[in-house]
Amino acid sequence: MDLDSRIPEGPIEKKWDTRRFDMKLVNPANKRKYTVIVVGSGLAGGAAAASMAELGYNVLNFCYQDSPRRAHSIAAQGGINAAKNYQNDGDSVWRLFYDTVKGGDYRAREANVYRLAQISVNIIDQCVAQGVPFAREYGGTLSNRSFGGAQVSRTFYARGQTGQQLLLGAYQALERQIGAGKVKMFPRTEMLDVVTVDGVARGIIARNLSTGKIEAYAADAVVLATGGYGNMFYLSTNAKGCSATAIWRAHKRGAYFANPCFTQIHPTCIPVAGEFQSKLTLMSESLRNDGRIWVPTKKGDERKPGDIPEAERDYYLERRYPAFGNLVPRDVASRAAKLCCDEGRGVGPGGRGVYLDFSDSIGRLGAGTIRERYGNLFDMYERITGEDPYTVPMRIYPAIHYTMGGLWVDYNLQSTIPGMFVGGEANFSDHGANRLGASALMQGLADGYFILPLTVGNYLAQTTGPKVDTTHAAFQDALKGVNATTSKLLGIKGKRTVDSFHRELGKLMWENCGMARNEAGLKDALQKIPALREEFWKNVTIPGVGAEMNQELEKAGRVADFLELAELFATDALERKESCGGHFREESHTPDGEALRDDDGYCYAAAWEYKGPKERQVLHKESLAFEHVHLTQRSYK
Amino acid sequence: MSATASDTGGKFYGSTIGKKIVMAVTGAFLVLFLVGHVAGNLQILSGKEKINHYAELLHSSAGLLWGFRLALIASVVLHVKAALELYTLKNAARPIAYAKKAHRVATLASRFMIWSGYVLGAFLVFHILHFTTGQAHPSFDAHGDVFRNVTTAFQNPAVAALYVVCMGLVGLHLSHGLFSFTQSLGLSHPSYSARAKTLAKVVAFAVAAAFAAVPIAVLAGFVK
Amino acid sequence: MRTFALTLHVWRQKSAKDGGRFAEYKAPNVSEHMSFLEMLDVVNQDLIAKGDDPIAFDHDCREGICGMCGFMVNGSAHGPHRGTTVCQLHMRHFQDGEELWLEPWRSAAFPIVKDLAVDRSALDRIIAAGGFISVPTGSAVDGNATPVPKVDAELSMDAAACIGCGACVAMCPNASAALFTSAKIGHLGLLPQGQPERHDRALKMVAQANVEGFGHCTSVGECEAVCPKQIPITFIARMNRDFLDAVIHERPQSDRGGSG
Repeated sequence: MDLDSRIPEGPIEKKWDTRRFDMKLVNPANKRKYTVIVVGSGLAGGAAAASMAELGYNVLNFCYQDSPRRAHSIAAQGGINAAKNYQNDGDSVWRLFYDTVKGGDYRAREANVYRLAQISVNIIDQCVAQGVPFAREYGGTLSNRSFGGAQVSRTFYARGQTGQQLLLGAYQALERQIGAGKVKMFPRTEMLDVVTVDGVARGIIARNLSTGKIEAYAADAVVLATGGYGNMFYLSTNAKGCSATAIWRAHKRGAYFANPCFTQIHPTCIPVAGEFQSKLTLMSESLRNDGRIWVPTKKGDERKPGDIPEAERDYYLERRYPAFGNLVPRDVASRAAKLCCDEGRGVGPGGRGVYLDFSDSIGRLGAGTIRERYGNLFDMYERITGEDPYTVPMRIYPAIHYTMGGLWVDYNLQSTIPGMFVGGEANFSDHGANRLGASALMQGLADGYFILPLTVGNYLAQTTGPKVDTTHAAFQDALKGVNATTSKLLGIKGKRTVDSFHRELGKLMWENCGMARNEAGLKDALQKIPALREEFWKNVTIPGVGAEMNQELEKAGRVADFLELAELFATDALERKESCGGHFREESHTPDGEALRDDDGYCYAAAWEYKGPKERQVLHKESLAFEHVHLTQRSYK
Repeated sequence: MSATASDTGGKFYGSTIGKKIVMAVTGAFLVLFLVGHVAGNLQILSGKEKINHYAELLHSSAGLLWGFRLALIASVVLHVKAALELYTLKNAARPIAYAKKAHRVATLASRFMIWSGYVLGAFLVFHILHFTTGQAHPSFDAHGDVFRNVTTAFQNPAVAALYVVCMGLVGLHLSHGLFSFTQSLGLSHPSYSARAKTLAKVVAFAVAAAFAAVPIAVLAGFVK
Repeated sequence: MRTFALTLHVWRQKSAKDGGRFAEYKAPNVSEHMSFLEMLDVVNQDLIAKGDDPIAFDHDCREGICGMCGFMVNGSAHGPHRGTTVCQLHMRHFQDGEELWLEPWRSAAFPIVKDLAVDRSALDRIIAAGGFISVPTGSAVDGNATPVPKVDAELSMDAAACIGCGACVAMCPNASAALFTSAKIGHLGLLPQGQPERHDRALKMVAQANVEGFGHCTSVGECEAVCPKQIPITFIARMNRDFLDAVIHERPQSDRGGSG
């Protein structure tokens, strides 16, 4: 199948307008005759479900948590970008577009990014109207901050809980539709398969996590908004339940998986404390606005930070990147931290940490101002580490945070399975090889509120197939398949726990496919992953039965999928011999060690097609054209 | 659909907040009564004539007296009815109790409102039989010699002690009840509700102490 | 690194229909750096290795914001530490040899799903009853069209910080959802955008909380003491005022419909 990205013709500023005008519309009276399944209730899923219900469609919304309000969008701290230019500092739709394409290291689709920047302004309006309590100035206007290295102040925020507040806005809109009977909510329900009839997505199979009952659900279209797959690394900033299961199983049903190796490592997380560590906690990168990052100049310096004199501290970001200093993009900051620790200059237990020091800012602005800006983050740091960041520098280390890769979608956010749309982090679309801070929330809400409701409608207006229900053979076959997999997992009764496999996979991926990748390491991973997967299917142990709440069974299914996705991840990373954004190949760097892109060889999105359990996946390339933001080497010097 | 008066009434009293508002309003009326009551009581410290004259004054209009008494009875009935209904709801809201339960900030007063309420209810009955109708008084003078009724009663240390203990309970009940009143009626506000808590305690124990002063004064021989 | 041993008494219950009981477990190797849930993870790994059923508990983000985790630790919702969800409660606050009692949230409105996991969908239904501003996608005016005084925005945010974990209900002697309900009423009611539906919202949300079987508020303050976001009970007062206002000012809807 050819990859048709279906980008509208015409100048980039008009493309979205053109598409909106060209779209087929469903007659208002007919909308209630259509049912749409939305899997996931985060910013993209929740917003899409609510907005489509407002339009009149019947929506079935699924989430694995006990309430749609808990989707992991809730954990985003820093903010949401929008090209409002309320600060009169020279921002514009064009500048946000430009920054996002450049920040993504030229591996995103220009047309999608431009649309994202256009829609960003509507998102803020919508959220304010819903009652999102954004930070305000004394005059009552919205407050903005500069975030993640942006040269303009375009980030809107609600304390350090912006994701929570935006999600609650979408959740409240969703609950309004649930109350109105337009959305039927299925909490504690995990999607385990997509059902296609004649190659078109017509429903899903899902397991009720409270009762264990596996059931089929039919619809006229399916939207996946199930987030990213960072938990493949076991330790990540993702919630424990985040998984690739929905998108991976869709992939196995025919949806291409794009750029799986594009992962974002967030530079400011709390370091690992011990073997028992179950997840990593992010400290918003807004902290880098006032904190200075350093390590001792000497290797293995065991002194307390306060005892290390100024002359023996290496403020390595300020030294290497004088123009951006501590505010370089996430990928650059993360790699620099890794380099210092690899040199033996890391701090804290195991030497995997660097200092983020506020003493200068506290001296300059006073502890009160710092508390006002970051009090909640400092409190969280102290709760977790037991150390007081007002007096002792924070210790931070990079951690897996976001996956830019995901299911391939066209301009309409439709996957290669007709009738199946993918929104938010689950798709690959807008961030290229590196996502800018405060852009994930923007993309999730753009997809959910403003794009999917229209493009799904356009699809529905053109569907001609007969209505199907779950008695159709395709549903019954899919049900049988899911039941068989569940029984198989429960029947292994081996010796190792699910977590032990997950930890081993995570360690392997972090070592070989983490912040820096090389051919030998990736090939090593490609040897070890299938072996680990094989052992998993022979030796995992899952207590209990399927017909009850069984949290080990839930985890097992997710780890089984990670074990497959990991192989594709390493394959993709091996295939892409250039460095770009979050993907750093040690073989491809500039003389001074910065990531070096190879635009002649790799200026494409890699979309992988599943061919069967034993087959090598087939690579399809969507070549990317940069007509407006010209290809240049990123430099933050 | 249009709302009718009974809809509104149902929405109001049918909700737990409505019941709490009823408790707050009736409770506030009873507290105001107590303040007046104790102000009257304290006149006994100024001597026999003063208090007996005051009692006479109160009885001068049967209509006013009974009007006020009916309002008091209604308040007590409503207060108790709402309390008992809420108590039933509370038990239904948590049918299985915790095996272990900590109390993080709840005051003794707040935790034992229903129990102090029960005791005060019983005390109220006794108090009426004791000083209003006289059946529980060993030598009741029905002709209005309040001074004599009070002094003879409180010369018995057991009776004085009973009153003092019950006034302690009044203080306890009010110390939480007055704060709860501000909450239920939505009078509290971030900038003064900390003070509301303290003020509630001060008023509650001032009222209680003033009540207790009479039996103590009689027993100690200050009032003869 | 300090390590120590604990004895756990954990409520085990297969499902809402089954009876439950306490079971005793040893946690022999607790590190002071573990979170409470990581301590349970280790206990569970041992149980699985022995072929036993691990302890079921809800959790997701493990950074104190999703609101999924929560159970009673020695009779306190989320444990003894103020402003902290149980996922962020660290073991350094406990001593060697301590005995801990772990119980699920207990409320008629929160049926037990399994062990320490309960069904809190009643809270979602309270939101569905009126905890929103009716503004369909696309119908918003410019974000700066309506100025919001900073102090109101901040106070609104204090209430909006609620994570919907249910600790307030669990800790309340009356299993009341007043703090939860009032947080949403306060969040929306403090903003100009929330005014048109302010009365209706109060009436509907309060009515739904009653239908769900939550108890009443007796102003004891246990909820604010355990609230991970330290939402104060002054919001309950605000809710009560909105409710009273709504009852007093309720106006009948016009029944002269028809736009055609």
